[in-house]
Amino acid sequence: MTEFIQQVFNGLSLGSIYALIALGYTMIYGILRFINFAHGDVFMIGAFSGYYLGILFAFATVSGIASIGMALLIMLGAMIVTGALGFTIEKLVYKPLRKSPKLTILITAIGVSLFLEYGGQLVFGADPKSFPSLLENKPLINLSGAVIGSNPVVVLLTAGILMIGLRLIVMKTKIGTAMRAVSYNPTAASLMGININAVISFTFIIGSSLAGAAGILYGLNYPSIDPLMGILPGLKAFVAAVLGGIGNIPGAALGGMIIGLLETFVTGYISPTYRDAIAFGILILILLFKPTGLLGKKEIEKV
Amino acid sequence: MRNLFFSMIALTAIAVFTISGCNKGSGDEILIGEYGSLTGPNATFGISSTNGLKLAVEELNNAGGLLNKKVKLITYDDQGKPSEAQTVVQRLIKNDNVVAVIGEVASSNSKAGAPICQQNKIPMITPASTNPEVTAIGDYIFRVCFIDPFQATVVSKFILNTLKMKKVALLKDVKNAYSTGLADFFEKEFKNMGGEIVEVQSFSAGDKDFKAQLTSIKAKNPEAIFIPAYYTDVNLISIQAREIGLTIPLIGSDGWESEKLTEGKAKDALEGCYFSTHVSTENPDPLIQEFIKKYKAKYNSMPDAMAFLAYDAGLILFEAMKKAGTTDPEKVKNELAKIKDFSGVTGKISINEQRNAIKPAVILEIKGGQFKFKETVQP
Repeated sequence: MTEFIQQVFNGLSLGSIYALIALGYTMIYGILRFINFAHGDVFMIGAFSGYYLGILFAFATVSGIASIGMALLIMLGAMIVTGALGFTIEKLVYKPLRKSPKLTILITAIGVSLFLEYGGQLVFGADPKSFPSLLENKPLINLSGAVIGSNPVVVLLTAGILMIGLRLIVMKTKIGTAMRAVSYNPTAASLMGININAVISFTFIIGSSLAGAAGILYGLNYPSIDPLMGILPGLKAFVAAVLGGIGNIPGAALGGMIIGLLETFVTGYISPTYRDAIAFGILILILLFKPTGLLGKKEIEKV
Repeated sequence: MRNLFFSMIALTAIAVFTISGCNKGSGDEILIGEYGSLTGPNATFGISSTNGLKLAVEELNNAGGLLNKKVKLITYDDQGKPSEAQTVVQRLIKNDNVVAVIGEVASSNSKAGAPICQQNKIPMITPASTNPEVTAIGDYIFRVCFIDPFQATVVSKFILNTLKMKKVALLKDVKNAYSTGLADFFEKEFKNMGGEIVEVQSFSAGDKDFKAQLTSIKAKNPEAIFIPAYYTDVNLISIQAREIGLTIPLIGSDGWESEKLTEGKAKDALEGCYFSTHVSTENPDPLIQEFIKKYKAKYNSMPDAMAFLAYDAGLILFEAMKKAGTTDPEKVKNELAKIKDFSGVTGKISINEQRNAIKPAVILEIKGGQFKFKETVQP
């Protein structure tokens, strides 16, 4: 039982990171109907921003409450960097191609992804870096041997807060309403006077900054980062987005959690070697029976 | 347009062949090739071994060279990938026409490069690959370190006799020939000596999340975990083990040997853990201390075992060439096989029939991020 509780917790903290990355995939798909394959690498840039900001602020050795403030500051910094990166990528690369066939944009996205990965190897170096320990990890809860540390709790809480924040933006604000309108029908939305370009830029900024936050949380939990670290989490987050129903925000969060838990349980109870094979096999089964994903709605193509 | 296309292909082909043909090495130089992971997850392996080897070459050249010629070292980065290792070894032999090859540290990469050396009949010396299969590839492949069946015995004895622990869990990297090989030898040896393996878990190099495996291990209540793996993964494993409340000692092997092992939070996480390796920098032996002094003067950092071993690999290669009186690969190979009681910085090196070196191992303890000498185990 102790082992089970611990495993559930391991899975949730891994899943919340997948969920944050998946949100970016799903938002951009919702607006532009295309998969931004460079999203996993934006997540990597977020982790590296945190790494360099951590070194920059290393002179201020803080502890206790102040270290939480510092960690928040660094996360905010990383979110700004990745938000700006997302904005730039969209403006420079995707916008000129908006009228091109979907396949062109898709291939371009793969190009941007490779550019960030190998450009990162050139700039940051290919060897893994040790992520600065922004927060001290204290054992928080001890449930008859199942030790739950403070860092995984911080990851879970931060991810939760960000997701609720996103939900509020999308459902309660004017720009959120505009986003939903563009997602529903871009042409009609622009006829209603909605500035489509602004909405698309905003979506990229929000999605990318969430990936940046995920990069910091990842670094907190697994403090070893390298320029190729975004590939696998990016792929898994993409699958999480599809599993939850691509274009659907709560679906992405749910999908991320399911993938995190599945991976942890397969590794812990079956075999680490078959982790991805079994986890993804289960996904194929779910999608066979529910092709639109768990929370996705069926779209009717208008002729 | 089509003609232009074909003539461009033809031109490129000509250019490639001319370039590849021209690096023959002038008559007054002996070309020696080296391949190693200068970048990538195990970068310190390649950097340290290159540094050690460069030092050996530099000293030799300063002392007048070899066979009245200067030795020139050509080093290529294989990024720690077996496929790249094959490519660069091919390039060393075919394009650069080296007379001998030194490398790699990781057994998986040595196993990729060795068959090419064997086919081309170029002697290869691996400084630190301990997997027995590496030298079994052929009679041109040598090593200057001990092999894993011995290392498994050393670790088993240490856990049972010195630490007095009987219940051990095993965590291995399934993508890595060194890790799986050493894990298998350990499992057999430890059971033979009366120990018990309570859990075997695995991961794939590059994984970042090990909590699921560690949680399963924790549920079996072992007294220690043996992790034959490379330092980058061990760094993360140790941090996560402490995070889920696993406080037992982690025991490792020579793949832990890197200053990056205790980087970041792992400094505390690995406190009081042990690993087996080739040499201790605390050893008062003048040969060792002299090497440390020279290395520090040149690179401004402490050498690790990979630097020591690569230096020795260079020394025995030069010794064999001196004895052969030529760089003819076959004669050098024959001389390498006859090396006996050669004093290197990692101790006396004697090459046996399987082209392996028979040497003692040391156990180091991690204290405050430093590697402290614990004990020596004779073969």
